[in-house]
Amino acid sequence: MAAAVVDESRHVSGRARGGGQIADVRIEGVTKEFGPVTAVDQMTLEIASGEFYSLLGPSGCGKTTTLRMIAGFEQPTAGEIFLAGSPVAGVPPYKRNVNTVFQHYALFPHMDVAQNVGYGLRQRGSPKAEEARRVGEALDLVRLSGYGTRRTWELSGGQQQRVALARALVNHPTVLLLDEPLGALDLKLRKEMQLELKALQREVGITFVYVTHDQEEALTMSDVIVVMNHGRIQQLGGPTELYERPVNLFVSNFIGVSNPMPGRVMEIGPDHSAVVETDRGLRLRGTITDPAVRPGIGTSVTVATRPERLTVLPGEAREPAAPGEVDVPGRIHQGTYLGDQTEYRVTTDLAGELIVRRQNAAGVGTGEGVGPGDPVVVRWHEEANLILVG
Amino acid sequence: MTAATARGSRLAAGGRGRSALLTSLLVFPATLWYVALLVAPLAIVVIFSFGTRAKNGGYAPALTLDNYADLLNRPEPFVNSLVMATAGTVGCLLVGLPLAYYLATRAGSRKNVLLLLLVIPFWTSFLIRTYAWLLIFNPDTGIPGIVKLLTGAEFRVRGTPIAVLVGLVYGYLPLMVFPLYVTLERLDRTLLEASKDLGAGRWATFRQITLPIALPGLVTGSILVFIPMMGEYVIPAILGYGQFYMMGNALVSSFLEARNWPAGSARAVGLIAVMLVTVTFYLWFVNRGRRTRETSVL
Repeated sequence: MAAAVVDESRHVSGRARGGGQIADVRIEGVTKEFGPVTAVDQMTLEIASGEFYSLLGPSGCGKTTTLRMIAGFEQPTAGEIFLAGSPVAGVPPYKRNVNTVFQHYALFPHMDVAQNVGYGLRQRGSPKAEEARRVGEALDLVRLSGYGTRRTWELSGGQQQRVALARALVNHPTVLLLDEPLGALDLKLRKEMQLELKALQREVGITFVYVTHDQEEALTMSDVIVVMNHGRIQQLGGPTELYERPVNLFVSNFIGVSNPMPGRVMEIGPDHSAVVETDRGLRLRGTITDPAVRPGIGTSVTVATRPERLTVLPGEAREPAAPGEVDVPGRIHQGTYLGDQTEYRVTTDLAGELIVRRQNAAGVGTGEGVGPGDPVVVRWHEEANLILVG
Repeated sequence: MTAATARGSRLAAGGRGRSALLTSLLVFPATLWYVALLVAPLAIVVIFSFGTRAKNGGYAPALTLDNYADLLNRPEPFVNSLVMATAGTVGCLLVGLPLAYYLATRAGSRKNVLLLLLVIPFWTSFLIRTYAWLLIFNPDTGIPGIVKLLTGAEFRVRGTPIAVLVGLVYGYLPLMVFPLYVTLERLDRTLLEASKDLGAGRWATFRQITLPIALPGLVTGSILVFIPMMGEYVIPAILGYGQFYMMGNALVSSFLEARNWPAGSARAVGLIAVMLVTVTFYLWFVNRGRRTRETSVL
C-alpha cells in the first residue's frame, strides 16, 4: 500500500522536518510469527514525518506487535523496517531513536519524577545542568512543573501518564510510540487527555504512532488511521475518509455503526457506482467505496448505510419519495433517548433491522409521536449507500 | 452533646476497650515466650559476664570487667567469625543473585522443579549434609585425592578456611536465594523494556533498575545469612577439622571444656554487640538516600 495521502489542511506550517522526503518509519512486507500464530502478515506502511498515526483494530489484530517491532522489542520474521531511512534489523531498542509510552506507564518506582524524566538523558551522558534544564522544559510541556521531586506513586493516573510522556519526549525521538496509553484512565480524563495529546503532538511536531482499539479515540486524535485486522491493514486514511468511505464490511462495522444489507451487483454504472439487489429484494444504487476493486455483475457485496443518514417518518402512507430517495416501511422496535440524539431500531421487511439516529435539535425534541410498535417509513438518499466488496 | 451521640461515643469507647483486651490476649503468648526464652536468658548471660569462674567451673557472683578485658587479648575467633560471615554473605550473593535472577526471569516452566530442588536439601539433617562435604574434601578419597591421582598435585582443603567458607555458602544459600527470588519475581518486566527503550543497555538496566528494585530482597537475604553465619558452630567444627575456630567454637570451649561460664558469657555478649553494630551499619549503608515505599527491608 502506498504512503498515506494526507490533505494539506491537516499539515501545520513549519512542522516539516528533514525535508520531509524520507518517511520516519517504513515497514516493508513485514511478517511476524509467534510459533503457529501470524501476528502481522505482509504489512507495508509508510509513516510520514510529523503526523499523528493511529494503529486501530480489535485485540489480537497485530497493532501492538507492529509497535513493538518499531521499538525493537520484537524482530520481524520476514520483511524490513526502516527508521529515518535506515534498516534497523537487529538494532536493539536502546540504540533506536524511538521512545515508547507504555500502557501502564512503566515509571521507575525507585526514582522521583525528575529522575524518571531525566533517565534517557543520563544514559547518553548529558551534563547535569543540561539534564535539569531539559527535564524542567519537558515537565512544563506536560503541565507538571514543580512536580520534579514527587514520588511517582503519589501522582494520579493522569499525572503518571504525563510523566511517562515527558520521559519519552525529553529525548526528542524521531518517532514516539504510544501503546494504548489512555486505557487505564476514566472516561472524562481520557477525553481530556486525547485533546491534550493531539495539541502536544502539534506543538512538538514529533511523529506519533498510537495504538488503540478505541475507534472514537483514533478518530479524535489522528491525522491518519491504519485499521488492522488479523495482522493485515484493512484500510488507511484520514478519519473522515474512513468513516465516509469504509472499503469493506470490517472497517464499516469497526468505525462507527452501520446498517449492512447483503446483496448482489446487478448493474455497473459510471463513476464507480453500481446497482445492487439486496437479498430481501431491495434495489439500491450506490458507490463502490474501494477504488481498487471492480466487481462484476453478480458479485456478492454488502450495502451499508450510516444511521445518521437515515430519517424516520411517522405513519404508513407517505407522499412518494423524490428521485434518488429510498423509502422502506417498517415498525419501531425500540427508541432510545441518548441525550444529544435519539436512536431508533426499526424492523422492516425489506431491509431487516435498521438503526436510525436523529439529532435532538431544539424544538425537535424527544421524538414525540413515534414509539415502539408505531408504523414508520425509513427514508434515505441513495448517496448514503456504500457498496462494500468483501 | 446530645444523648444519642454520647451513647454512640460510649459504644465506640466500649468497642475500643474490647479490641484492646483482645489485642493483649492475642499478643500475650508471644510476649510470654519472648520474655521467658529470650529476654531472661539474655539477662542471665549479661549478669554472668561480670562474674568469675567458680572453683569447680561454672559461675560465681562478682562484679568485674576481667572477662571483657580477656576478650580483647584473644580476638582471633571474633575476627574469624566476622571475616568468614562477611565472605560467606558475599559468596551467597555471588552464587545466589544469578541463580535467583535465572529462576525469576528465565526458568519458565522448569521454575517450580528448580525451586523444589533448592528446598529438598533442607529435608536432610544439616549435620549429615556438612559431613558429606567432609567426604568430598577427604585428602585420599575426595576431590584432593582424585586430583592427586590424575595430576600428582597435592593440596589440602579439609581444615582450611576455604573448606569452612564452602560449607557456609552451601548451607545458607537458600536463605539468600528465596528473598532475592521473591523481589525479582515481582519486578515488572516492562520497567526493563522502558529502560532499554530510553537508551540503557543490558548492564546499565541491571545496575539502575533491577538491582535497586531488588535491593530489599538482597538486604533481607544478606541479613538472613550473615547473622547465623556469625554464630555458626557445626560447619567450622566439622570442616575446620579442629584447626579453624569461629565464635561458636570458642563459646563451646568456654562453656563445655574450660567450664568458664563468665568468660563464655562475655564472649556471647561481645558476639551480639558485634552483630548489632554490623547489621545496623549495613542497613544504614544500603538505605542512605533511599526514599521508597518499603520503609523496612525486613
